[in-house]
Amino acid sequence: MQQDDDRARAAKQFFETLPHLRALGGRLVGFGDSRAEIEMDWRAELVGDPRSGVIHGGVVSALMDTSGGAAVMAHPDRPNGTATISLRIDYMRAATPGSKLRARAECFHMTRSVAFVRAVALDDDDERPVATATGSFTVER
Amino acid sequence: MSGRNEPLERIKSRRDAAVAAIVAGVPYVAWLGICFDRRGDELTAVLPFSDKLIGNPVLPAIHGGVTAAFLEIAATVELTWASIWDEVESGRMTPDASVPSPGPRLAKTIDFSVDYLRSGLPRDSYARARVVRLGRRYSSVQVEAWQDNRARPFAMANGHFLMPQGG
Repeated sequence: MQQDDDRARAAKQFFETLPHLRALGGRLVGFGDSRAEIEMDWRAELVGDPRSGVIHGGVVSALMDTSGGAAVMAHPDRPNGTATISLRIDYMRAATPGSKLRARAECFHMTRSVAFVRAVALDDDDERPVATATGSFTVER
Repeated sequence: MSGRNEPLERIKSRRDAAVAAIVAGVPYVAWLGICFDRRGDELTAVLPFSDKLIGNPVLPAIHGGVTAAFLEIAATVELTWASIWDEVESGRMTPDASVPSPGPRLAKTIDFSVDYLRSGLPRDSYARARVVRLGRRYSSVQVEAWQDNRARPFAMANGHFLMPQGG
């Protein structure tokens, strides 16, 4: 258990050093048991539609990708590293302007060389996803 | 009205103004530093490298999310450009980026699927999109991004878009 805590702390530290995640203002708020969660605050510079103030879909992609990679690293097999092979995102609705944005990912299957991930993006409303994603990632051993 | 005898400079400035108006109102495009290079109706999205685009600082490599966002922006701008081209050419639409009114509405992404082919190096990136189907309600776009070699794309994507309704 102590080991898992150490690992979570190391992962958190690693993800805090990712320059793009820092630039977005994203934080790793959950890590462990093949799952990871990232959250960030709404920011005016990241708006995609100035008429509504809705955050751009590209930001959602970045959160999905990061949480997906983190979920792979949180798998009990403990890969040494990972990279995205493919990521497909379905956009259900616009994220509410001003609301926090979160991405939760789960690595639901891992082979020797490939990890499969699903993820969901949420704003303040837990019941209605902003977007869902599925991805495949490399597994470095 | 566009015609054979319309002064070339006027044609060019009208087209460039149209491209600028599409992008001008989108803060996130400016935040990433993306600009567009136009040759006739062909658009190339350009993403100059900067440190804040880095995902993995050890390699270093461009963040996969940045790559996805870059492809998605290239795709939506190309789609909007393709959908207003006739109106811009005929002179029915005269977008002006210097007027602080929002530009043409961008299409909404329904889904977007990215293939990561190799890691994005700490260099400038380029992308070109192709509208596979331009519909009244739904459109389909393919897009490819490269860095040093056009023949060696580092990422590609296809996406489906819901077209803006009612102007």
